[in-house]
Amino acid sequence: MKNFEEAARYHEEFIKGLWKENPVFVAVLGMCPALAVTNTAINGLAMGGATLFVLTFSSLLVSSFRRYIPKEVRITTFVIIIATFVTIVDFLLQAFLPAIHKELGAFVALIVVNCLILGRQEAFSFKNPIRLAMVDALGMALGFTFALFCLGAIREILGNGSLFGVSLFGPSFEPWIVMILPPGGFLSLGFLLLFFNWLKQRQEQKQSLVYLADAVAEVAEKKDSIISLKRGV
Amino acid sequence: MVEQEQRTGTSSTRMIATLGIAGLFSGLALVAVFLFTRPIIEANKAEALRRAVFQVLPGSSSFQTLEFSNDKLALLSVEQENNAPKSKNPQIYAGYSKSGKLLGFAIPGEEAGFQDKIKAIFGYDPQRRMLIGFEVLDSKETPGLGDKIIKDKYFRTSLTSLEIDPKIVAVKPGQKTAANQVETITGATISSKTVIRLLDKTIRRWLPSINIYLAKQ
Repeated sequence: MKNFEEAARYHEEFIKGLWKENPVFVAVLGMCPALAVTNTAINGLAMGGATLFVLTFSSLLVSSFRRYIPKEVRITTFVIIIATFVTIVDFLLQAFLPAIHKELGAFVALIVVNCLILGRQEAFSFKNPIRLAMVDALGMALGFTFALFCLGAIREILGNGSLFGVSLFGPSFEPWIVMILPPGGFLSLGFLLLFFNWLKQRQEQKQSLVYLADAVAEVAEKKDSIISLKRGV
Repeated sequence: MVEQEQRTGTSSTRMIATLGIAGLFSGLALVAVFLFTRPIIEANKAEALRRAVFQVLPGSSSFQTLEFSNDKLALLSVEQENNAPKSKNPQIYAGYSKSGKLLGFAIPGEEAGFQDKIKAIFGYDPQRRMLIGFEVLDSKETPGLGDKIIKDKYFRTSLTSLEIDPKIVAVKPGQKTAANQVETITGATISSKTVIRLLDKTIRRWLPSINIYLAKQ
């Protein structure tokens, strides 16, 4: 039973970042990279991957040393840890994926000020054991990557007529250049947020209908029992 | 001890020690990763430069670095080329064919474009006094518009046989009448004019020293 509850908790923490509390579509965090580097699907994935590396390793360290970090200097310590991993990922990208590093430009260094990462350390990793912190970090980072990929794919398909550089519609396609420019980022994000809010509202409406149906059934049951009681009397 | 700290607050020694240890390990990790990646990053840069030089000097199979110092161009020795840190003096590259014949010079230059500086390298053939190749090294021009300086085939081809005398000039699309003229790109007028200005300014700056260097050969 305990194992089942534990597994359910891990599952919930993981899924939360992917969908229910998606950092971009629900919490609207990390907007700077979400808008700036998502003009192609591969750039979105690369930025997501870099953020995943920094977030998971920072969460691992913060959670491991949470008992030894005084709360007065916790934010400064988080920033030191995050900045270290950001610099490491910057060097690694320069060395092994120079073309991607060139595309992402200054936004790799700017991961250090992504409020998603600092937010997860403060809200979760500093208060939870290592395994749970890692599951939360992985879920959030994959949710962030998924959001950046969606944005990048939509913008690349409409703005370039291609996906991962492969042409989809042939030479006759007239690309919507605005989609790979900054306004395209705002437009795509706006429509995606609209879609996710519509989904959320629909779920809430369904939920309230279920509650209403339950309440009606309960009242009807009570009414029946009162009638049968009266008949008995 | 923890209870006492909760009552009195954390001691400053403990806070300093925590931050000091975090900083120390951070520094150690960064130095280790830097030392590990530095040779790879430098090899990547050298490879990118090598590829660009061979692209702007078609037919070349080797090149040597020339450095401008003490008002003249001089060949860098192998030791100087390999020695770190790299010299900050301006450099160009002389490209040679398999038989060792000088084919031309690859000259890097930069100029302020629409968004940011456009960095490019171009090939110059001193015998024909022509530009024979062009590659953009770094550009943040608007995707779909300004970046046509990289993608527009007609524009790029027009820079591969471009006379430099009396001056490289920009003309409107369809109005080219001489071999020293380049047609600008519709939708990327500022960026294409920047490239043309970059080519003319850079070649004028290097031409006297290249001529002196060639005369001495």
